[in-house]
Amino acid sequence: MPSVEASHSEANEGEGLGVLRSVVQQLRNNRLGVLGVALVIFVVASALFAPLIITHDPIRIMVGPRLAAPSLDFLLGTDQLGRDTFSRTIMGGRIPLLVAFASLGSALAVGLLLGLIAGIGPRWLDNLLLLVFDTKRSIPSIIFALAMIALLGPSLATLIFVIAIGSVPIYGRVVRTQTRALRNSEYIAAERSMGASTTRIVAVHVAPNVIGPLLILVSMDIPAVIAVEAGLSFLGMGVRPPTPDWGVILNDGYASINQSPWPVIAGGIPIVLATLGFTFLGEALRDIFDPKLRKDL
Amino acid sequence: MRRDHLTSHTSARPVLEIRDLNLDFGTPRGRIHALRDVSLDVPAAKVIGIVGESGSGKSTLAYTVMGLLPENADVSTGSILFEGKDLLKLPALARRRLLGDRLSMIFQDPMTALNPVRTVESQMIDIQHHEQGSRSEKLARALDMLQRVGIPDPQTRIGAYPHHFSGGMRQRVCIAMALLVKPALLIADEPTTALDATLEVQIIHLLKDLQKEIGCSVLFVSHHLGAVAELCDRVVVMYAGEVVEEGTVRDIFHNPAHPYTRALLECDPGRIRQKTRTLPTIPGEIPSLLGSKKGCIFRARCPQAFNRCVQESPIEYRMGLDQVARCHLLDKKRLVSA
Repeated sequence: MPSVEASHSEANEGEGLGVLRSVVQQLRNNRLGVLGVALVIFVVASALFAPLIITHDPIRIMVGPRLAAPSLDFLLGTDQLGRDTFSRTIMGGRIPLLVAFASLGSALAVGLLLGLIAGIGPRWLDNLLLLVFDTKRSIPSIIFALAMIALLGPSLATLIFVIAIGSVPIYGRVVRTQTRALRNSEYIAAERSMGASTTRIVAVHVAPNVIGPLLILVSMDIPAVIAVEAGLSFLGMGVRPPTPDWGVILNDGYASINQSPWPVIAGGIPIVLATLGFTFLGEALRDIFDPKLRKDL
Repeated sequence: MRRDHLTSHTSARPVLEIRDLNLDFGTPRGRIHALRDVSLDVPAAKVIGIVGESGSGKSTLAYTVMGLLPENADVSTGSILFEGKDLLKLPALARRRLLGDRLSMIFQDPMTALNPVRTVESQMIDIQHHEQGSRSEKLARALDMLQRVGIPDPQTRIGAYPHHFSGGMRQRVCIAMALLVKPALLIADEPTTALDATLEVQIIHLLKDLQKEIGCSVLFVSHHLGAVAELCDRVVVMYAGEVVEEGTVRDIFHNPAHPYTRALLECDPGRIRQKTRTLPTIPGEIPSLLGSKKGCIFRARCPQAFNRCVQESPIEYRMGLDQVARCHLLDKKRLVSA
């Protein structure tokens, strides 16, 4: 049956991309979403292609005069050590973004897994996991971060670990609640009535339904993580000089702010842009995934 | 057993035999005795209707057979024999193999019975997981079934998501899915309750035609008496977790023996002859099912209740060839006639 085969492969192709395509379509109609996507692409691309964009070695000192104002040679001026602030700012996005993606990515995976286990598993396991989540959440995150950094030493890995551990309970709880609600829904009962195993129900029916809200949460958390990373670096608990990093640039510039405002501006603006970009994107995604705000239903 | 010679006129063994089933729900307020000594048979290739008002245990019974009960449910005694195997004693894996193969179900609300994030095609192919054959063979079967349930242009419609379909179309898809696996027994849990009246008739006729074609048995749960009369061969009347009367459609509708069945029939708007401004109701409400009860379960609402109803639970009294009811009045009648 050639006609059946043809329509089959067509429909099959549309199935995987169908959701994505409709998300992209709706994102296009959301002005704030478009702006968010543009900002995110701008920030991520500039960090990704940083070595091609920079005009000077970001670590080398005295490539120019100290604390110079912006000029054609030094687009955002220089810092107190005579390093090119533009190159440092461009390179400085790599670490915050790496920390954000790595920590939230692992938190997403672990939170999803634990949340699904808590949601679908027996009651005692649910209670145990909730106890663990709530215990972690009862410790103030900055105190926890500082304690872990003091214990493990300030490094990128520590930073990623601390942020990931902090986010897992939040994601886990969201997934768990969604799963609990879904497991009583009729189509899960329908799937069970067709003889599906629990693993299959979780993987095929529950996970795709909870991943939407979770992605929104993650995209809204990215700016927070960037701010936390910059904050910890500002406090000297994050990455070490001379590595360029938005927080470090801010910290260095802060010391010499009465001589030149440019390093502070250069370190602050990308944080603002990245924060706005990811927040707008997250808001737009929430509008799209929230069934109550959906228009196509 | 009385019940055994009742069904002896059908040569083959019933597809489903439920015997003395008791089911409790553990709640913080105590154990709710939701099914009380329920026994019923579903003969091969027959449609059995279960009727009763909300809370009578109809859906609980359907969910018990399918093994879809919540965690706090506890079957205390009884057996559910499906094709001779006791579903309650079967290991989980063996039971799961029967589901979606020999047994399938249609749910009450077609708006929520399909996964909203997957296409109808992928869901219809997935449910054939017990079957042999390639993906394209399964797709062809799915398309054929969609055609039979009256989905126009299934080739293009099958790639759509559930929210692209209307309620009636979705219930057709659900019926197609449940019958796609060619079950020996289809359980339909109020499949028309969420649909409007014109669709209801269409869906009932569709079910009837497909049941004849496939030759499966159907356990049809409904509180719509008209639908039951249209579709079913036999009717089981449930009240407060008990089977109060059972018989052929003809007997139940023309010669109801139990006061509850009579009251239920009088409440059917379709049967009211005179013009009236008030719909008849059964006064009172379903008794609390907490703990065990002595006496007849319907006595508080029964217009004909007498002393014996308080003291003694009625046993099954036989009426004619093929009808049983649990009511002490029938005992008296029999004594008088004898």
